Amino acid sequence: MPQVTLTVNGKQHSVEVEGRTLLVELLREKLRLTGTHVGCDTSQCGACVVHVDGNSLKSCTTLAVAVDGCSVTTIEGLAAADGTLHPMQEAFREYHALQCGFCTPGMVMSAVDLVQKHPEGLSEQEIREGLEGNLCRCTGYHNIVKAIDAAQEVMHGRRASVAAAAE
Amino acid sequence: MDTGVENATPFAGIGASVKRKEDLRFLSGRGHYTDDISRPGQTHCWFVRSPHAHARIASLDTAAAAGMPGVVAIFTGADMTGIGGVPCGWLIHNKDGTPMREPPHPVLAQGKARFVGDAVAMVIAETRQQARDAAEAVTVEYDVLPAVGMDNALTPGAALVHDDVPGNLCYDWHIGDEAAMRAAFSGAKHIVTLELTNNRLIPNAMEPRSAIGDYDPTTGDHTLYTTSQNPHVIRLLMGAFVLNIPEHKLRVVAPDVGGGFGSKIFHYIEEAAVTWAAARIARPIKWTADRTESFMTDAHGRDHVSVAKLALDEHGTFLGLHVATRANMGAYLSTFATSVPTYLYATLLAGVYTTPAIYAEVKAVFTTTVPVDAYRGAGRPEATFLLERLVDVAARDTGIDKLEIRRRNFIKPDQFPYQTPVALEYDSGDYFSTLEMGLKAADWAGFEARRAAARAQGKLRGIGISTYLEACGIAPSAVVGALGARAGLYEVGTIRVHPTGSVTVLTGTHSHGQGHETTLAQLVCDQLGVPFDKVDIVHGDTAKIPFGMGTYGSRSLAVGGSAMVKAMDKIIAKAKRIAAHLMEASVEDVEFANGEFRVAGTDKTKAFAEIALTAYVPHNYPIDEIEPGLEETAFYDPKNFTYPGGCHIAEVEIEPETGHVRMVNFTAVDDVGRVINPMIVEGQVQGGVAQGIGQALLEACVYGSDGQLLSGSLMDYTMPRADDLAPVSVATHTTLCTHNPLGVKGCGEVGAIGSPPAVINAVVDALKEYDVRHVDMPATPAKIWSIIHGSAQRAAAE
Repeated sequence: MPQVTLTVNGKQHSVEVEGRTLLVELLREKLRLTGTHVGCDTSQCGACVVHVDGNSLKSCTTLAVAVDGCSVTTIEGLAAADGTLHPMQEAFREYHALQCGFCTPGMVMSAVDLVQKHPEGLSEQEIREGLEGNLCRCTGYHNIVKAIDAAQEVMHGRRASVAAAAE
Repeated sequence: MDTGVENATPFAGIGASVKRKEDLRFLSGRGHYTDDISRPGQTHCWFVRSPHAHARIASLDTAAAAGMPGVVAIFTGADMTGIGGVPCGWLIHNKDGTPMREPPHPVLAQGKARFVGDAVAMVIAETRQQARDAAEAVTVEYDVLPAVGMDNALTPGAALVHDDVPGNLCYDWHIGDEAAMRAAFSGAKHIVTLELTNNRLIPNAMEPRSAIGDYDPTTGDHTLYTTSQNPHVIRLLMGAFVLNIPEHKLRVVAPDVGGGFGSKIFHYIEEAAVTWAAARIARPIKWTADRTESFMTDAHGRDHVSVAKLALDEHGTFLGLHVATRANMGAYLSTFATSVPTYLYATLLAGVYTTPAIYAEVKAVFTTTVPVDAYRGAGRPEATFLLERLVDVAARDTGIDKLEIRRRNFIKPDQFPYQTPVALEYDSGDYFSTLEMGLKAADWAGFEARRAAARAQGKLRGIGISTYLEACGIAPSAVVGALGARAGLYEVGTIRVHPTGSVTVLTGTHSHGQGHETTLAQLVCDQLGVPFDKVDIVHGDTAKIPFGMGTYGSRSLAVGGSAMVKAMDKIIAKAKRIAAHLMEASVEDVEFANGEFRVAGTDKTKAFAEIALTAYVPHNYPIDEIEPGLEETAFYDPKNFTYPGGCHIAEVEIEPETGHVRMVNFTAVDDVGRVINPMIVEGQVQGGVAQGIGQALLEACVYGSDGQLLSGSLMDYTMPRADDLAPVSVATHTTLCTHNPLGVKGCGEVGAIGSPPAVINAVVDALKEYDVRHVDMPATPAKIWSIIHGSAQRAAAE
């Protein structure tokens, strides 16, 4: 069976996988990083989004062998080592942007990538369009959009905290 | 800003928008969902499912599959002897008093498959992939039979879903006074008729269903980990009716659950299958649905076809209502399926109006589709859509303004308690105030200017309103028992005060997104004065919590919260006796407020934590009179349903070239009774409204005439995405529930109940120049384009 070597949340792993093993299966079953979720089988819901070499990616449609040598960040690796939440995590909490929590890891990872790729800032409509690949059944997205808007202010250094970004 | 005040504890009692206790674990990837669990020695299961809607199983050959790598065991219906079928929890009687038809629902198909996805075998292997590979090697030969749908189920000579259910009719039920209704119609100035469909929906909680069966052969203990909204209900149904396992040998754990919306209330066959098979192979078995299986096998919602007639006098006063509905049950009766189109639907047909004579008749039919059961709102959205569309059509047909016709028929604030002609007695409400608040918040008065501005841009803009009511806080046991419910619907709460004064609450309700760990903790802060971080809520494990009925019907706070209040009353009563002893006072003189016991009129006080410690270290204690310890349990059985209501206003803009309907504004003003956590209530309403908008504009479950599920993936079934929705403005107007101690009504379903007719009323309003009377849901671009385009063609032809 193929061997995959990759860095996950700063830690190197070398894992034997089947050729058909998906990245999400490697993360959840081999590394027991169960924060990354599987919500669908057609690459539509985005619950499985992780960062691979700094880009958001749906781990449910990525073969594990395809990320050999890559650096992966999952939701478990987003907060600082001392436990300080990433501004996006903090904003989701501040703005009640999660309910059941199942879509949340993928939603947060997508949102971080979306904001990072747009240092010029995103309008409300652009945030909504940027979430095209992530489904949430609980919140109606209203508070997710508000949270991302607040987090982008902090991530781009325009505000000190997500609470301060509140109107 | 540094105020110099350290550790100031923010107010976390009733009315505070406290941030959620749950969030940190969910945001850190440390949630604990069923599929995250891995038991030692765990195997994996894959179900072989029927590809046909209706077929006899001619032969079933598992030999090749059994030899595949990693296969541990394969079971079929023939192996499942000595166990029962999955039961239905509510008995409905026909018009003639005879009971409904209740065909068995076997765990694995017995001789016949009745919908696409009906399970015919289970394959257990070392890995999920091995189980899946082997399942493909199971050979099943089918004799295909005709599919049965809503359009042909009741047609004479139709194929029978169940051989012993003639005409595919589960029941033919009615409610109300038919003679009074006919008398009202005979004297009416106007009779308004509307035929409408309530579109079938697929709940699609983001977490697919999952179940792990585990068995300890040394003790005979069975454990089921499952994605459930009500673990005790599953234990009761599966233990007592399906597998014959007594409660003390069956533990059901529903850990973090990723959304339910009703679809995780029901006892599903997969839960029974993995529990049963785990004991056969003496190893744990995990099954997790992929999304395709969720579409095929989660209970669907709605699916009504109705004819509604409203009789009015010359002033637009409602005189009588006659509703005839066909409701789809699917292939088998799911746990609460039979109650949804009856007692959760037809009892709501008075709405917020004083219609004096109402008669409703409902035929429930079997079809070769997945079972249909409660989905967010369950019956009440169907009633509300019917009524609020009918009222708008009545306004149109009589020429009375749509707001005015509502006001003329509203139940007035001084008419409460209000007895409807369809069994319910409303305790409180103020429909005039929620209407006025909604009109102001939505700037109803300024709409025509916005319509004109949109018109100048080539867009058709419309505004729509729904003034609705629902019944939740389910439910008074004696009442529902008399109506056929096979269970009590009380709730339980245990307040466990620890020796140093922190508190663990054990509740029978279950949180799968609602934030109970926060809201219920706020009740404790408020009543016992215990700091928020010293209160934890435990739910979801039958080995930890007392027997409670779980979460559905917006009941957790109204029923479960009330049980907690009762238990805390007992705690305070006992603690006062202990405090009286310590302070050498009479118990009648001891007051309790803000976490402190005080001898009235003195400065003698004892903190709550001191009393707790004394209760557990009873050295100076009236041991002959009071038992040690400070823990109380209370069961609360509600006296009535609760009746949230309000006003929803939708504003839409249609692009005539494409027929695309864009949501531009949505305003919700809801009376949910007392609000414990405004942030959470607002989130619940926003989420409910999103599902309602989804039903109105996007979502439709479609089966082909051959019974194939055509909308079987997220690429075919249009779940609302962020850019399909507009910001939702939410406000509350409180009238207190008069019969529970918190005055709460429930907020989980109002959004999904009130919003669909508001959206469709707005769509019809936007299309008013095209002489459109009704648009069925969902108002897809194709449907709207056809209306506009067809109308243009008609105009050209004339």
